[in-house]
Amino acid sequence: MHISEGILSTPVLAGSAVLTVMGTAVGLKKLDYDRIMTVSLLSATFFVASLIHVPIGPGSVHLLLGGLLGLILGWGAFPAIIVALFLQAIFFQYGGIIVLGANGLNIAGPAVLCGLLLHPMLLGTRKQQMTAGFLAGFCSMFFSALLMAGALFLSDQGFLKVASLILASHFPVMIVEGLITMFVVTFLVRVQPEILSLTTSPQ
Amino acid sequence: MISEPFSSGSTLFHCSDARVKVIGGTVLSLVLATTTSFAVAMIGFLFTSLLLLISRPSPGLILKRIATVNIFTLFLLFSLPLTYGGADIVQLQYFQISLDGMRIACLIAIKTNGILFCFLALLATSSTVSLGHALERLRLPRKLVFLLLFSYRQLFVIHQEYLRLHRAAQLRAFTPSNSLHTYRTYSHLFGMTLVKSWNRAERVHQAMILRGFDGRLIPLKQPQLRKSDYLLLASLLLISLILAGFSLNNPV
Repeated sequence: MHISEGILSTPVLAGSAVLTVMGTAVGLKKLDYDRIMTVSLLSATFFVASLIHVPIGPGSVHLLLGGLLGLILGWGAFPAIIVALFLQAIFFQYGGIIVLGANGLNIAGPAVLCGLLLHPMLLGTRKQQMTAGFLAGFCSMFFSALLMAGALFLSDQGFLKVASLILASHFPVMIVEGLITMFVVTFLVRVQPEILSLTTSPQ
Repeated sequence: MISEPFSSGSTLFHCSDARVKVIGGTVLSLVLATTTSFAVAMIGFLFTSLLLLISRPSPGLILKRIATVNIFTLFLLFSLPLTYGGADIVQLQYFQISLDGMRIACLIAIKTNGILFCFLALLATSSTVSLGHALERLRLPRKLVFLLLFSYRQLFVIHQEYLRLHRAAQLRAFTPSNSLHTYRTYSHLFGMTLVKSWNRAERVHQAMILRGFDGRLIPLKQPQLRKSDYLLLASLLLISLILAGFSLNNPV
């Protein structure tokens, strides 16, 4: 899911970096010090999700779960994902510093968008909750892959076929992300609904 | 499993101030990332290779990291010549090999590795904690740095929690397969990890408030910039400037 350094063109790098800075700024602004601990822990959890490999067909993929983070944190997911991506760059050299803007936008943008749009559905019936969960996982992954392909295509028109190949290869992953997010959402609804801000937390 | 294997050592880069490395490394990477010139990319690559050699990483580990990053580069090297199109096409039996595609793929391979080496030599030689404090002193938003330092602190704990749950599942004879049951099990494992980290956050927050936490994390060491740090910064910036100038004059 990460684009490595050295691939994207300067305008794409610059444009996505500006958008990522803006998104992070909004996310940080909406974050007060009472919630910051929760966001850091979820950022770490998001990082751990990327270490979980689930089988798919003959191989396996690692989870991303951006949509889930978006549902839980809303705008706060933006800085949380940026931080997790930075840590991944440090630990595993996935992505990098210069391309952090592009990767951040590709993953955090759809996550926040899906989270904000689908969160109201969580207040509905069980079926609606499941749908919201599936859509959050599926759509955030879909738009992430679309943005990734778009970033490649905008960098160089010759990337068109490679970009569509990447997009197509992500379809099974989208379904797995959708299913896992759906199951996690129904699990959280039963176990601790305040994580999804469905009830007020007992403070 | 999660570790910072390159951050311990006693070479020039390990002893340098993290702020210097962050600025120098970012500027140099920026020049390499934005260049479209083969020559500049190549010179940059050779220079960052030299930096990597100076930082003396353990050979086995570094090769593994480089290999991981280059999986995508390899994919491009194979796919771009076949799909890129353009004017220069060589017919090779059944395949049309695009020379433009080949050229782009090679340029990307050099740039990717150049920036990777720069990152490994300069940034990976600092611990995440000192990087975090360096970023704070470079005026990054305090909340963001706090997020970074705290997620880093809790990362290992949460990973341990997950592994413990995973071990418990394995003890109950859970074997992953392509089934809904597998996905549900992984979801519940992860959901439980979420619940635990959520509640842990609450406890940590309360404990911090009790100790008078006001949003600031104060590092124990306040490193001062030394002469060698200024020298390193100046030489990194100088090289970047020369490469950038060269890159602007020779776009190809």
